[in-house]
Amino acid sequence: MGRGAVSLRGVSKSFGTVTAVRDVSLDVAPGEFLTLLGPSGCGKTTLLRMIAGLESPGSGRILLSERDVTDDPPHRRPVNTVFQHYALFPHRTVAGNVAFGLEMAGRARADIVPRVERALEMVRLSGMGSRRVDQLSGGQRQRVALARAVVLEPEVLLLDEPMSALDRKLREEMRAEVKSLHRRLGTTFVFVTHDQEEALALSDRVVVMNDGVIEQMGSPAEIYDVPRTRFVAEFLAVRNILPAEVQSVDGPAVVRTENGLVLRSTAGGFVAGERLWVGVRPERMSFDGAGENRVAGVLEDRLFLGDRSEWHVRAGVDRLTVSEPGTSTGRQTGDAVTVTFETAALLRLVGPARRPPLP
Amino acid sequence: MVAARGHRQAVLLLAPAVLLLVVLVGGSQALMLVASLGRRSAYGGVTHDWGLQNYLRALEPLYVRVLARSVGLAAATTIACLALGYPVAYWLARRAPPAMRRTLLVLVILPFWTSFLVRMYAWMFLLRTEGLVNLALGAIGLPALSLLYNPAAVLLGQVYGELPFIILPLYASLEKLDPELLDAAADLGAAPGQVLRRVVLPLTWPGIVAGSILVFIPSLGAYLAPDLLGGARYVYVGSLIQSQFAVARDIPFGAALSFALSAGVLLALWLLRRPLRAGAGESA
Repeated sequence: MGRGAVSLRGVSKSFGTVTAVRDVSLDVAPGEFLTLLGPSGCGKTTLLRMIAGLESPGSGRILLSERDVTDDPPHRRPVNTVFQHYALFPHRTVAGNVAFGLEMAGRARADIVPRVERALEMVRLSGMGSRRVDQLSGGQRQRVALARAVVLEPEVLLLDEPMSALDRKLREEMRAEVKSLHRRLGTTFVFVTHDQEEALALSDRVVVMNDGVIEQMGSPAEIYDVPRTRFVAEFLAVRNILPAEVQSVDGPAVVRTENGLVLRSTAGGFVAGERLWVGVRPERMSFDGAGENRVAGVLEDRLFLGDRSEWHVRAGVDRLTVSEPGTSTGRQTGDAVTVTFETAALLRLVGPARRPPLP
Repeated sequence: MVAARGHRQAVLLLAPAVLLLVVLVGGSQALMLVASLGRRSAYGGVTHDWGLQNYLRALEPLYVRVLARSVGLAAATTIACLALGYPVAYWLARRAPPAMRRTLLVLVILPFWTSFLVRMYAWMFLLRTEGLVNLALGAIGLPALSLLYNPAAVLLGQVYGELPFIILPLYASLEKLDPELLDAAADLGAAPGQVLRRVVLPLTWPGIVAGSILVFIPSLGAYLAPDLLGGARYVYVGSLIQSQFAVARDIPFGAALSFALSAGVLLALWLLRRPLRAGAGESA
């Protein structure tokens, strides 16, 4: 047991004066699909590269399958990586790329050929083995990179923003492909992305990172429904985020925003007197609907988004974003409206996670 | 239309250089060819008495030995320059602080600011019996060494002179190498030596070939280092040709040697064109 488990214990990494990762501890279960989600520069790629052995941590330990590999060079680690820009060898054919790792492992030719064939089949590239890498499309290159990594049957597969160089349609195809590959292989996947949709669609568990630390981790639904910090909320498209102070916590918590709105929330964790942020997703708000929270305002702009419209509503000094489903609307700019939402929709958000002091 | 315009532009851009090369290289080779087929006149000129006698003479064992020595020198120079230049180019392209690279590259070509002849004399000052090296050895009580006028001194001077010519193309090809490829190779289980052999060397093969040709060909015809540092005790083909024109006054024989050497180099490049180009094509 434990094959494919990844354990990070207090891992930190600095580049010169820049701290990329600060004291991160994290356990990935065997077979789990875990996503590191965050903006560029949050340390997610550095963390991935440390698992691969391509960077060594300044402090902390890294365990793979319950074995300490912190001091092992990358070529001795049972992990393989799918790189952001594919990193295919231009001097080798498609099959030559997939065979590279097997050749390095000293496998016999008779063993390599069928394995390469099977790996190419798995990513739907059978018959393309003799192509040159520069004859392939972006999506095909990506699949070669996948085949090249999985052919070695790694204990953990690392994927560094593997779809960021693809166009939208291909990304959606590759998303399905990666998901099905995970299901078929049962290998642990650690996936890095800055795309929240990708993270939510693929993962068993999402780790949101910011500025070198873990802001929050949980299932995609948890992260989406109950973001705990302002950063996570903003990153996952919670739009109406207002600074507020907690007035009372008897029954539903009552908060008063900086600009004077009094709102109620049934979210837990509020402490009377604390200053924090509250937020509401645009799609949890409606006009003149049910819901205990009611805010009067005036319609300012409408963005038509196909299946829904996004309204900007002026409410005193605040501007709220409300999502209205459907293609038609009876409203127009300048109308007075009442924005309503349930007490359960008001999220409690704290500031950025506290940075641990640097060693 | 566009193609026609591009074509005309190419002709215009290339014309001056092509013209110059045709006249200077083609013209001089043609003169050499004509002269090589003649006979030496009593006063050192060329009589128009056509025949292959000069080429037959060039095949005499004496001269074949000279040619073999020159090929040996050129090969040894190339190998030594590769062995010395590759690590330097690698460091410059991949490890040196980027802000310093330009300065360091200027340092590589700095010797070009002094004439090769002067630099060869400098080596003589260092290596001769009462030279700086032997003075230093004497100062610490060691016996003097005979450093000058031997094949090793010739090789030393040649490697010293040619080294920048191999560092520059190697640098250019190493700088283009995508660092993610090296990460990928290590990630796929390649130990550092395997990364070098299976990824870095194949991908920098064009630089290796270009640099080796740039070093090998001038070394083949070298005569300054052989004359000055070798003391003309061992004859190399460059000095042999030079002495046919300047000393022996046998222009036809010098021309034959010179033309045969040029033709031989071209022929060798043509015969080796596939491995030279496709050395990188390590495919599986």
